[in-house]
Amino acid sequence: MNKKTKTKINLTLTYIFIIVVGIIMVYPIIWMFFTTFKENAEIFGSTKLLPSSYSLSSFVEGWKSNGGNQTYTNFFINTFVMVIPTTLLTIASCAVVAYGFARFKFPGKKGLFMLLIATLMLPNAVIIIPRYSLYNSFGWIDTYLPFYVPALLATYPFFIFMLIQFMRGLPRELDESAYMDGCGTFRVFWNILLPLMKPALFSAGLFQFMWTYNDYLNSLIFINSTSRYTISLALRLSLDSESVVQWNKVMAMAFIAVLPLIILFFLAQKYFVEGISTTGLKG
Amino acid sequence: MKTKVREYKKRDYMGLIYIAPWLVGFLLLQLYPFIASLFYSFTQYNIMSEPTFVGLTNYITLFKVDNEFWNSLKVTIVYTIYTVPGKLVLALLVALLMNKQMKGINLFRTIYYIPSLFGGSVAVAILWKLMFMDDGVINALLTALHLPQVQWLGNPDIALRTICMLEIWQFGSSMVMFLAALKQVPQSLYEAAQIDGASKLRCFFKITIPQITPIIFFNLIMQTINALQSFTSAFVITKGGPLKSTYVLGMKLYNEAFKNYKLGYASAISWVIFIIIMIVTLLLFRSSTGWVYYEDSDEF
Repeated sequence: MNKKTKTKINLTLTYIFIIVVGIIMVYPIIWMFFTTFKENAEIFGSTKLLPSSYSLSSFVEGWKSNGGNQTYTNFFINTFVMVIPTTLLTIASCAVVAYGFARFKFPGKKGLFMLLIATLMLPNAVIIIPRYSLYNSFGWIDTYLPFYVPALLATYPFFIFMLIQFMRGLPRELDESAYMDGCGTFRVFWNILLPLMKPALFSAGLFQFMWTYNDYLNSLIFINSTSRYTISLALRLSLDSESVVQWNKVMAMAFIAVLPLIILFFLAQKYFVEGISTTGLKG
Repeated sequence: MKTKVREYKKRDYMGLIYIAPWLVGFLLLQLYPFIASLFYSFTQYNIMSEPTFVGLTNYITLFKVDNEFWNSLKVTIVYTIYTVPGKLVLALLVALLMNKQMKGINLFRTIYYIPSLFGGSVAVAILWKLMFMDDGVINALLTALHLPQVQWLGNPDIALRTICMLEIWQFGSSMVMFLAALKQVPQSLYEAAQIDGASKLRCFFKITIPQITPIIFFNLIMQTINALQSFTSAFVITKGGPLKSTYVLGMKLYNEAFKNYKLGYASAISWVIFIIIMIVTLLLFRSSTGWVYYEDSDEF
């Protein structure tokens, strides 16, 4: 066997492995989609992927949900009312803070930066109880403020760090020449650095969107009334509210719940990949 | 290190204004809760009335009386030991395979990343529950292959592993990080090694692995911290059962705090979680000088 055929076989084996594992990776999601068209009897004890018939009734029925007068229209609106401001506030505040850290040499900066990095490792579990009691005393329970305020106050060190890393890569000469032209620090940030940071801001925004959208524990703790429920909470509720779960309805709503993330991912793949790669590297 | 006293320009003080939001957030929403939970852990506190100091009672109950706690601790540690290495080894393996001149690699990278999109979402936890039911599709598949069925969620010896699989399924984001790191390894190192007649395996252990250790290290710490606090999958899929075999510390914490309103007791649990995280992180950092390779120290 010469070297050329050997590499060829090697490559083929690699392909086979990657394809097989790839199928295992996405099969659950594909199966989830087709399950929305199946009655319970068709789901259980069967390996068949395709349903015997297609009808949208599970989506229509599932959308109404069994939580009384609440429909998934409300849950979706609630989710976006919670997620979108949280995402925008996070990027805005983290970009400003990252600017402060990346471009100025103020006293105590080293220590503060160390603190910032240390909070990367601060587990949510250890702060959630006092936060709850704090929000409770402010009367913020059952509102979305427990999501907005931490975003406004840039308590996401991960994104700050990511944006600092990105900003360090932008030449300082840009700032200097703008100062020469008489720009103030905010003008430099707003007119010069921010436009250049678009890809990084976009990545940070995508991740924050995704994480807040998927969040369950915080929503469970801070949101009480069904009228303010987000999709995660509604989905969990749908498992409990019937004695016999009609899985096609549950799967239909679960599928609708993950769909925005899949669409977003395919539209903005580049930013996802870049975001992951830059945060993990160096520093 | 320069010893010269640094002179600050007037403009530099503006930095303090820009970091002000974070500073407030840090003090109010991170530092204060951090200290407060330590304080609560020495009190009896039910949110309705002021906390009353009870000394070490919570910790003594936790370690001496509460068997459920020891079980949860064990479950959480097992969960971490399964998922973190499982995820990272798989991520590294696939990243290495993909780090070749291959057609369609972007497509595969995309496909492998998809499960990671859903993180700890309820939707995929429900999906998992349905798939792994006794008469679910996974068992149907086993039957079709003439293999014995498994009680994926009903058997206390297996349920935790079923939940671990959900976590490991989401190895895509670590994989993308590893791929990016592999792409950064300078080709010149391999070329030089080749001239010296080094074997492929030797190159892997002497060049590839050392070059990407910082990323492995970063992933190891972050994944461990997450795993030790995991909550959603166990809560949704098995509700901690059967026989508390999936009753992770995160769930115990949630139930004590927000079902039983024993916030002081729950704070003690949260501090146990924190201390475990601290110990693991310190051990990793200690050992890191031995195995993590930094090309240049980062100046800031």
